[in-house]
Amino acid sequence: MRNFAIWVALTIVLIVLPNLVSFSQQEVLVFLTINILVVASYRLLTLTGEWSLGHVVIMGVGAYASALVTKELGLWVPLGIVVGGLASALIALALSVPLFRMKGFYFLIGSFAAGEIIRLLWKRFRDPFGGAKGIKGIDPMPDFSIGIYQFDFFEPVSYFYFSAVVVALCLWILWRIEKSPVGLTFHAVHWQDKLAQASGVNLRRYRTMAFVIASGFAGIAGALLAHYIGTINPNSFDVEVMVFVLTWAIVGGTGTFYGPILGCVVLTILNEIVLRELGLEQTRPLIYGLILILSILFMPNGLESIVQKVTRRKDAK
Amino acid sequence: MTPLLEVQNLTMRFGGLTAVDSLNFKVEKGNIHGLIGPNGAGKTTTFNMVSGFYKPSQGRVLLNGQDISGLPMHEVANRGVVRTFQHSTLFAELSVLDNALIGTHMTFRPNLLKAILGLDSSARRDALDRARTSLEFFGLADVEHELAGDLSHGHQRALGMAVAYASRPDLILLDEPFTGMNPEETRRMMGLMRRLCAEGTTILLVEHDMQAIMGLCDNITCMSFGKFLAEGSPAEIRNHPDVIEAYLGGARHVA
Repeated sequence: MRNFAIWVALTIVLIVLPNLVSFSQQEVLVFLTINILVVASYRLLTLTGEWSLGHVVIMGVGAYASALVTKELGLWVPLGIVVGGLASALIALALSVPLFRMKGFYFLIGSFAAGEIIRLLWKRFRDPFGGAKGIKGIDPMPDFSIGIYQFDFFEPVSYFYFSAVVVALCLWILWRIEKSPVGLTFHAVHWQDKLAQASGVNLRRYRTMAFVIASGFAGIAGALLAHYIGTINPNSFDVEVMVFVLTWAIVGGTGTFYGPILGCVVLTILNEIVLRELGLEQTRPLIYGLILILSILFMPNGLESIVQKVTRRKDAK
Repeated sequence: MTPLLEVQNLTMRFGGLTAVDSLNFKVEKGNIHGLIGPNGAGKTTTFNMVSGFYKPSQGRVLLNGQDISGLPMHEVANRGVVRTFQHSTLFAELSVLDNALIGTHMTFRPNLLKAILGLDSSARRDALDRARTSLEFFGLADVEHELAGDLSHGHQRALGMAVAYASRPDLILLDEPFTGMNPEETRRMMGLMRRLCAEGTTILLVEHDMQAIMGLCDNITCMSFGKFLAEGSPAEIRNHPDVIEAYLGGARHVA
């Protein structure tokens, strides 16, 4: 009952919130929603203990795929978004063949190299990827009405509602996976892969499964982004963006489901409200770097550890 | 009758070192079989080959007459041979119950789609039952919510066996299960192994604790410097001149 009340309250806040903020902040809300899906899917990959530097490029695969199928083949945009997710998952499946011959640090470097190859392919081939200039004029979501609300996708508020529903659905699926026996097996693969294997777990299969699922959801996030901003190019998905995703995940902490999401929300608010108000947004990489170092030194378990401390104290009372 | 496990001509070379040299032995179904030998005799290497952790340089491992040598560890496990590890190799960051649940992986295969849609509740319940039974068997029922890493040493060793037992293997490979246990814990663990064996699980164990081995095993294979030395009942092994020589040094040097 208490949980239900929290969910209702959260839904009301999410419906009201975009109407209280400025136009540019409404845009930030859309990006924040999409970024939440990116970090949450990234966490699923880190459950098996592998950290990838190609996640943002994989997200870009979804963006390019969805942009191309809607633009060139005239596919309906919501279907295009699904195709984007599938394309990312398929690319991840193909990449897993060479990449999962490696573990740990080597996987990290390998995933970075694989991502750069994909990015360079986008740059090199003007047909169909548009070369360095990327793809412009990507079809927007077609407007529709659900009776009480008219979705007009040139308004960020409408797109925020739409993406929030899609992201909420994706998060729910990710949550179900993590809390299932499959999720437990991911943990097992991470903490003690030899014992997991002796218990009959096919390590390669589970690592691949986590990578493919995480990539699929990243692809959906990428497609959501593409149909919002209407133009994508290889630099929209470069390693700088990946560093932001890593920062969100590390500052938030990857021990819990909500950790990376918390990191993403807190750092975005910090960036958009504090830095922009102070006129310091140009120094964002600098400040992020500082925050990353400070949080590794003084808060190695991330923001989630603070939340856990607070809630535990409440339980104790 | 074909033995449950047969090792034929098994050889493992690490570069120039031959750790195990043309080893042969058989494990009969329903037995507790011991593998002993002085330090560096190649017992653990043999274990690693049987369980699929190493690929043998030569020779074969037969399970019910079928060749399983060189299969990856999870494939060997799926054929009913589950191992434990030296030291306390556990999922230290997970709860005791979750550890046992991972042991049920082979029986109740997680299914992604069913898990998302919530159609696997009966399988989850059965897995939970199985895990709890396994924990009860090893006397761990009252610590199921603790983290495995926080358990005492004796409990950790028992949990290692509970994880293996949760998959109901035909053959369980125990790598030095008595290390670091006091006599009381050893005695209790021996009782558990006899019960395990009585329920139809065949056991192959590597151990240094001679008292435990002699009191427990139906059959013992002794190795020295990677080679087969002797085989027989505990009484035969105890009085075997080659075994005594391997452990205590040659009689002629002593004299």
